[in-house]
Amino acid sequence: MLNLIIVIAVVLILAILVTVFRVITLVNVAKGEGSKSVPPTNRINALLLMLFLIAGLFGFFYFSFGGLQDDFVLPLASEHGAVTDRLFWITMGITCFVFIVTQIFLFGFAYKYQHKEGNKADFYPHNNKLEVIWTAIPAIVLALLIVSGWKAWSDITGKAPDNAEVIEVMGYQFSWSVRYPGADKSLGDSDFQKMDVTNSMGIDFTDQASFDDFIPTQLVLPKGRPVLLKIRAKDVIHSVFQPHFRMQMNAVPGMPTRFWFVPTKTTEEMREETGNPDFNYELVCNKICGYGHFGMKYSILVLEADEYDQWYADQQAWLKLNDDYLSEVPDNLKEAARIAAGIDNVISVDKADKALVSN
Amino acid sequence: MSVADIQIEKDLHHDGHDDHHEQSFISKYIFSTDHKTIAKQFLITGIFWALIGGGLSVIFRLQLGFPDMELYWLKPLLGKWITAEGKIDSEFYLALVTMHGTIMVFFVLTAGLSGTFANFLIPLQIGARDMASGFMNMLSYWFFFVSGVIMFISFFLETGPASGGWTVYPPLSALPQAIQGSGAGMTMWLVSMVFFIASTLLGGINYITTIINMRTEGMSFTRLPLTVWALFLTAILGLLSFPVLVAAALLLVFDRSFGTSFYLSDIYIGGEALPHIGGSPILYQHLFWFLGHPEVYIVILPALGITSEIISTNSRKPIFGYRAMIGSMLAIGFLSFIVWAHHMFVTGLNPFLGSIFMFLTLIIAVPSAVKAFNYITTLWRGNIKFTTAMLFSIGLVSFFISGGLTGIFLGNSALDINLHDTYFVVAHFHLVMGSAAFFGMLAGVYHWFPKMFGRMMDERLGSIHFWLTFVGVYLVFFPLHYIGIAGFPRRYYSFTSFDAFQTFTDLNSFVSIAAALTFFAQFIFLFNFFYSIFAGRKASLNPWKSNTLEWTTPRLPGHGNWPGAIPKVFRWAYDYSKPGAKDDFIPQTVPLSETPESNLPNEVEEAKAEAKK
Repeated sequence: MLNLIIVIAVVLILAILVTVFRVITLVNVAKGEGSKSVPPTNRINALLLMLFLIAGLFGFFYFSFGGLQDDFVLPLASEHGAVTDRLFWITMGITCFVFIVTQIFLFGFAYKYQHKEGNKADFYPHNNKLEVIWTAIPAIVLALLIVSGWKAWSDITGKAPDNAEVIEVMGYQFSWSVRYPGADKSLGDSDFQKMDVTNSMGIDFTDQASFDDFIPTQLVLPKGRPVLLKIRAKDVIHSVFQPHFRMQMNAVPGMPTRFWFVPTKTTEEMREETGNPDFNYELVCNKICGYGHFGMKYSILVLEADEYDQWYADQQAWLKLNDDYLSEVPDNLKEAARIAAGIDNVISVDKADKALVSN
Repeated sequence: MSVADIQIEKDLHHDGHDDHHEQSFISKYIFSTDHKTIAKQFLITGIFWALIGGGLSVIFRLQLGFPDMELYWLKPLLGKWITAEGKIDSEFYLALVTMHGTIMVFFVLTAGLSGTFANFLIPLQIGARDMASGFMNMLSYWFFFVSGVIMFISFFLETGPASGGWTVYPPLSALPQAIQGSGAGMTMWLVSMVFFIASTLLGGINYITTIINMRTEGMSFTRLPLTVWALFLTAILGLLSFPVLVAAALLLVFDRSFGTSFYLSDIYIGGEALPHIGGSPILYQHLFWFLGHPEVYIVILPALGITSEIISTNSRKPIFGYRAMIGSMLAIGFLSFIVWAHHMFVTGLNPFLGSIFMFLTLIIAVPSAVKAFNYITTLWRGNIKFTTAMLFSIGLVSFFISGGLTGIFLGNSALDINLHDTYFVVAHFHLVMGSAAFFGMLAGVYHWFPKMFGRMMDERLGSIHFWLTFVGVYLVFFPLHYIGIAGFPRRYYSFTSFDAFQTFTDLNSFVSIAAALTFFAQFIFLFNFFYSIFAGRKASLNPWKSNTLEWTTPRLPGHGNWPGAIPKVFRWAYDYSKPGAKDDFIPQTVPLSETPESNLPNEVEEAKAEAKK
């Protein structure tokens, strides 16, 4: 019943509105408005355009310079990010200048040259000089932006330094796995056909380099040292995105990708800088990948370089934690695998590591 | 050209003798071959899809703006996609954004915009009786209709419509294991798109042929109105790029249904390693964006053409830099084919290619800037009438500038690293292409409504509609820049999982409210539109005092457009406020020899030559 009343009320209100509209229209017809060549709303629209310009520019400045509740610039935590941030703000300066000037001209002219009885527009079909100028100036400015962008881009995408920490990142629905190369600093092969529930990264244990690889539960990075992420995906495309590092690279099944960068602030330092004791870097998935896309995160911990080395040395090889997989190792390499992974050895892991180093 | 003309004129005379041989309702309004009727069919269908596409966006903005809101009241509409907790299902959320994108880009801003105005304006503005092939033209609409029906049905599938984003990147779009929408929903998406592309090609071939072959006497390319130029280049872009999407879709069909591996390789999903080896998901992205980038110009060029016409008419001034406008459209059209990989900077593309595409992409900003400057200069020292169409055109230019400038960030590969797939991108393309093209469409409807239906739309309601929409669009999309710079990823169902994205909840609510209000403001337009079709004030023959040929037809042009001979053209379309002339406009049909008082020095010779004929 209530629904019916609501429906009837809505219909009646609409009918009243239509009738009011009809009456106003007829009154205007009677006034002979239709014969006028200028819309009745001309002046008010010109005025509103001017008001919009003023209110719009005010809002733009107000909200861009602190009027928002939250800060829209994330603190920066990587070396190359300093370069791209600088480029970003230079581009911002140039575009904002053009934005403001052109909008002022657009709305300003619209207001100033609104129809006035007796006025005649200027027959001004072209001006080659003007057109050459405003083709050339954007071209020059853009050329400068291209050159600086190009320089930054080739540095960022160039070869990683030889001493870079190599870490593998694999995206899957809906989380991430990371693998470190272990003591030999060399990642073992992987093969998607070797994947199963336990060996979720498909580590190939016929490759000697894989024996000491370890898979921690978070991505740990050293501050101040180049880090090379080798990126792949297990099922669909994902994207390794970390806004504080100004870093992004897609994870593509069947096509390994890479991204290298230098973290410049530890998690601890960021906690101080942001004043948020719970701050953590997070790895974000930024390519649509299914229903859990919005929750596909992984925790990142940035340590001082020496803390990182300590942590690195403390990790246990994946093979040691899952020694069933020793069966996949070829017989002639089994002993080497035991030693590298630190399995079945009375010697402690520390000593095994030392033994490896002396090798 | 002349041969075609003569034959059509014969037909017309034949018609004339028969004195309106009655067409049946079906051949007049449904399977019509008349370009004006087909244009209206495209327009009404486009409006229908715009409502659906816009409605979808309001639903997912509810989720983004008010993540805690209970949405049980949507259950009658969305059924099982509202979960037991009263939330939108997170997978259906992706279906919503996917369908919103698909519908808006293809059905509204390609078919609804180009389909309507190319069909309506090309024959009327070049002085032709109809399109080169009325039958193909009819097919073009009905293929589009079928495509829409298929897409619409996919909403009602058990597994939901396609949900891998409007770009439908494989492997996500190829594997039903990865997302439900990649089952039957994706199949229907692909079938629908093939019909849609067939429709676009049938239309495009017609537009191009008609413009090249059927211009009336005197209508040289340098006298064509900019609308026709824009629609001409749009059709060429579509003809060259849409077939590539068919190829991409076909290979995807093979991968999905016949076990090939064009796009698939090294995939372990649902507990098994798939047999696909050697394919490349990046190949699909190249093919897709080879269409996808020209597509954004297919969307915006007609809107810019319409705007050129409207701004010039209502400023009572010639469009500034007519030739520069054509030149910049040619440049944009050409460059649009060689910038596609700027959508792929962070896909693992060879960095060298990234540099090349950055270079080419930023070049395209130059002709775009020229267009914006020319619009502004056209306003300068004009005598401007703010018709609703003019307001929407000014709004378009404002969006085109605001959204175009952020393209300079995104086209720069180094900056794209951090901005890619964030809300910054969403803000960018919704302004420069979405809203700008949408405003072009609305401007066109308001401007040519008198010619379409013989009546006027209400200017007061038009102004209200404009202001609500214009302010609304800025309130929706401008704040998204801030959210984007803060790194918020697009296509996220909710931002609750990440510490970094706990901010801006109020701003997101604000954007959602603005979006809903903007959407509901469109009902003012709908009322105005349908009311005016039947009860609007009757239009005069040339209500805007415009120069182009369509205003020389009767109030309601019949089949063949002009009752007598097709008018000849003697001048360009932009002789507004010519010094010496008694009116502030001289239609294209007025010979130079009749206007000695206003002829420019270079036109005096022409006028003499004309007079001798």
